[in-house]
Amino acid sequence: MRNPRRIWYALVAGIGLLAVACAKHAPQTTLKPEGPVGRKIDSLFTFTFWIAAAVFVLVEFGVVYLVWRYRHRDDRPEPAQVHGNTRLEMTWTAVPALLLLIVAVPTFRTIFELAKTPKDPIRVTVTGHQFWWEYNYPDYGVTTANEVHFPAGRNVEFTLKGVDVIHSFWIPRLSGKHDVEPGRVSRISMKADKPGVFLGQCVEFCGLSHANMRLRAFAQTPADFDAWVAAQKAVPGQPPTGTPAGDGFALFSVKGCSGCHTVAGVSTGTVGPNLSHVYSRTAFAGDTFDMTPDNLRMWLHDPPGVKPGSKMPNLGLSSTEITNLVAYLQTLK
Amino acid sequence: MAATIAAFEPPAPPRRLFRRPVHPTGLWGWFTTVDHKRIGLLYTATAFAFFILGGIEALIIRLQLGGPNGHVVSADTYNQIFTMHGTTMIFLVVMPLSAGLANYLVPLMIGARDVAFPRLNALGYWVFVIGGLFLYSSFLFGHAPNGGWFGYAPNTEKAFNPAHNIDYWVFGLQIVGIASLTGAINLIVTIINMRAPGMSLMRMPIFVWMTFIAQFLLLFAIPVITVALFELMFDRLFGANFFNVQAGADPLLWQHLFWIFGHPEVYILILPAMGIVSEVLPVFTRRPLFGYPVMVFSGIAIAFMGWGVWAHHMFATGLGPVAKSAFALSTMFIAVPTGVKIFNWMATMAGGKIRLKAPFLFAAGFVTMFTIGGLSGVTHAIVPADTQQTDTYYIVAHFHYVLFGGSIFGLFAGAHYWWPKWAGRMLSDTLGKLQFWLMFIGFNMTFGPFHILGLQGMPRRIYRYPSGRGWDFWNLISTIGAFIIALSVLVFIINILKSRRGPLVGEDPWDARTLEWTTPNPPPEYNFAEMPIVTSRDELWHRKYIEGPDGRPVRREPERIEPVEPAEPAEPAEPRLEPARLEVGDGNGSSASTNLPPPAEEVAREEHEGESVADAAHEDEHGHIHMPSPSYYPLLVAVGLPIIAYGLMYKTWFVAVIGALITVASVYGWALEPATEPEEPIDMSAPEPEPEPEPEPDQPELEPAGS
Repeated sequence: MRNPRRIWYALVAGIGLLAVACAKHAPQTTLKPEGPVGRKIDSLFTFTFWIAAAVFVLVEFGVVYLVWRYRHRDDRPEPAQVHGNTRLEMTWTAVPALLLLIVAVPTFRTIFELAKTPKDPIRVTVTGHQFWWEYNYPDYGVTTANEVHFPAGRNVEFTLKGVDVIHSFWIPRLSGKHDVEPGRVSRISMKADKPGVFLGQCVEFCGLSHANMRLRAFAQTPADFDAWVAAQKAVPGQPPTGTPAGDGFALFSVKGCSGCHTVAGVSTGTVGPNLSHVYSRTAFAGDTFDMTPDNLRMWLHDPPGVKPGSKMPNLGLSSTEITNLVAYLQTLK
Repeated sequence: MAATIAAFEPPAPPRRLFRRPVHPTGLWGWFTTVDHKRIGLLYTATAFAFFILGGIEALIIRLQLGGPNGHVVSADTYNQIFTMHGTTMIFLVVMPLSAGLANYLVPLMIGARDVAFPRLNALGYWVFVIGGLFLYSSFLFGHAPNGGWFGYAPNTEKAFNPAHNIDYWVFGLQIVGIASLTGAINLIVTIINMRAPGMSLMRMPIFVWMTFIAQFLLLFAIPVITVALFELMFDRLFGANFFNVQAGADPLLWQHLFWIFGHPEVYILILPAMGIVSEVLPVFTRRPLFGYPVMVFSGIAIAFMGWGVWAHHMFATGLGPVAKSAFALSTMFIAVPTGVKIFNWMATMAGGKIRLKAPFLFAAGFVTMFTIGGLSGVTHAIVPADTQQTDTYYIVAHFHYVLFGGSIFGLFAGAHYWWPKWAGRMLSDTLGKLQFWLMFIGFNMTFGPFHILGLQGMPRRIYRYPSGRGWDFWNLISTIGAFIIALSVLVFIINILKSRRGPLVGEDPWDARTLEWTTPNPPPEYNFAEMPIVTSRDELWHRKYIEGPDGRPVRREPERIEPVEPAEPAEPAEPRLEPARLEVGDGNGSSASTNLPPPAEEVAREEHEGESVADAAHEDEHGHIHMPSPSYYPLLVAVGLPIIAYGLMYKTWFVAVIGALITVASVYGWALEPATEPEEPIDMSAPEPEPEPEPEPDQPELEPAGS
């Protein structure tokens, strides 16, 4: 019996060490909150965790001890036939109930605190599409996709709307998730302490490319945010004809891109993401691919091939057409 | 006048389409059987086959997620695989395994000769297996269900899922649901009505109690999901708009319906396993279950509270702070009766003389692993924390600790414990321990890291993930662990195969406590030659031992071991009809029985081929034990159901009509068929033996503690 226990200790210690070592580079973790909402949730979780850990130790080591202590020995007499003990049983009914009450009180407090409407928030409307995110800033007249910007240190209120199936909007380091339901409007608010980039993802199974419906949140200094808004509101220029970008601009209408995508001053399609300033983003297609010319080429070559279930069809573009379109997209900064 | 005379003539044999099977042998015997033990074995074997399939699906999932950007399967295939893994493990593995064990054991444990509705029992099995095969036929057409086991609308609506994938799921689950419902009704009636004399409710083995409770949950939960599935079926087939948001539907309707079924379902899956553990622990600690009444009532409490917690699956949907708080509270407090069970199991161990056999290890594994699942469950009740955890791998960790560390470990404890009753031979304890440790280590390697992954933000149901999120390492560990689990299952299969050459054992190899161990291995069709008379809880134990003055058991004198003597000794040609012999093992399962004359092959042959002879001889001796006769109809009723489904799915109406005709005609034939075929003129003067009178109250077990 001694050896297995030693192995057990070693295992626990080893796993603990590994857990610490591996938690360092987890950009989507819930355990290192960067805002007041996330922190409130995390402290509540930590509080519960330690109570649970105490029960865990009591039960797990209790069982191991009991099995070892009362294991079969030939010289041991037959055990007394104890049928129960009312006082003991009442104790271990009442004590867990009390422990749970202790957990329940801060839980209720936090539930109601988080339900409050924040003061003076930046308002962003989030629309979940299969399989990308659309953001509208009603106060600024800005529409963008997958990457959401807001000033750090200020409340952000996301209004969640669905148009197809149920999605779930989640930026783990700032707040818990909230489902994005078609036919319903919900609100969730959060705040980032300081500027930073926070990863997120759709967490309600929404079909083929559920795995490829990610998002990125940029908390910026107020000045940076204002600059970003100004850039997003600008109408992109038209590239000169004769250049690859100019040919790409022509193709944008000829090939039907304009039917689904909005480029300010050019088209008003709303099936796909707004591309007015697509090249100002760091990634595309549900934050799945880094924004590089090569990735854009790969994408235009066969969208559903690299992102299953993508509504954008394979347009059968030639290599030259793809080059020209990528050149045009690169002008949309 | 003539008409009056005719009315007094013996009734003509009913008209029927084909001859009724009369004691068919071999394969047909299995297709037409209504014997609860054979049906139990069929359930168990079929469910184990589905367990292998679901396990293979799990391995594919783990291979795909073993590293970032997995390429083993496509997104489409992955969605089908994870949907079928969940659907299989819940509806085709754990539920029917529990049903199989209950089928085999409940009549034996309560001292009954069969279940209340033997043909309905057969129908349940055939509907289950045919529904399962129907679900799996979807793979042949490349359209396995792909909406998750939870099938959230509107993603499962025709608009978003135009192929037939979801149709298979909708029809398959409706078909399988019939099996659960009939099984529940059958077991409830059996337990209420068919207990042996003296088997009061509070003397019932705890496994029977937990099964009883789980059947009530099934009885009320299955209709709820059937409503949801029926509505979804109408949406998909006929363009109804139950879940069509564009037509004004509420997308949360599905979720409420599904989880009002789905949460009691969790307890349907775990309560029978809790019952198994509560049977195994006392036998191997050699102490009675600590606090039997509390164990019973905590099970009932869990079942009641289980109906009031469904919305904790929906904390991210926006229920409002009051509803969130209410469901948080109910979710927290369902942990109280669960915790009581865990502490009572520990108290059962404390002070015992614990034989560390494979069944005990699995039962102890249940207690330790289920505790982890219970504790992570409490963190879901902390609503704000749950909004971080829900739909991440943390949840996947939680319910695998409950359903694998709980249910599956419990079921394996039961398999190792009751195997000698089913097979007459022991499973190797060495291989059993090897299986346990492999499974225990593999299980914790696979599902332990999911806690970390979930807290690090890894969502569920994603077919791939990018590197650089800190998820690579733990996913790799988990994949390795999954293959260790697979190895442990392989060890179990080898153990089964090897056990066929093992020595025969007596009827009570574990020195156990309950009535099923008073019957031969395997029990004859009629279970008990003499109806047992029950005078106490743990009846068999009290037939073998009395409690000494210090509370320690003292073995009774040999003559006291013999329970009820029959009026006449059985004929030597029918050794299996001898009144309950009690071949008490040394409790280590190593006691090869010396006074069990026929080797198991002969017993088996006799079981299969000589039933009518045995029954006839038996009836001569003991009056009329009319065991229900075999029937084709349960199988035929079940066969029609998937044909209806195919016809509706593929809009070939005549196929659906053919299926419906098969089912309706079979129900009609069934209704005309008597439960017991009169093989000999019915002796109206001597009907079924009267139940024995209530036992004399000279050994009152439920007296106040002072007695």
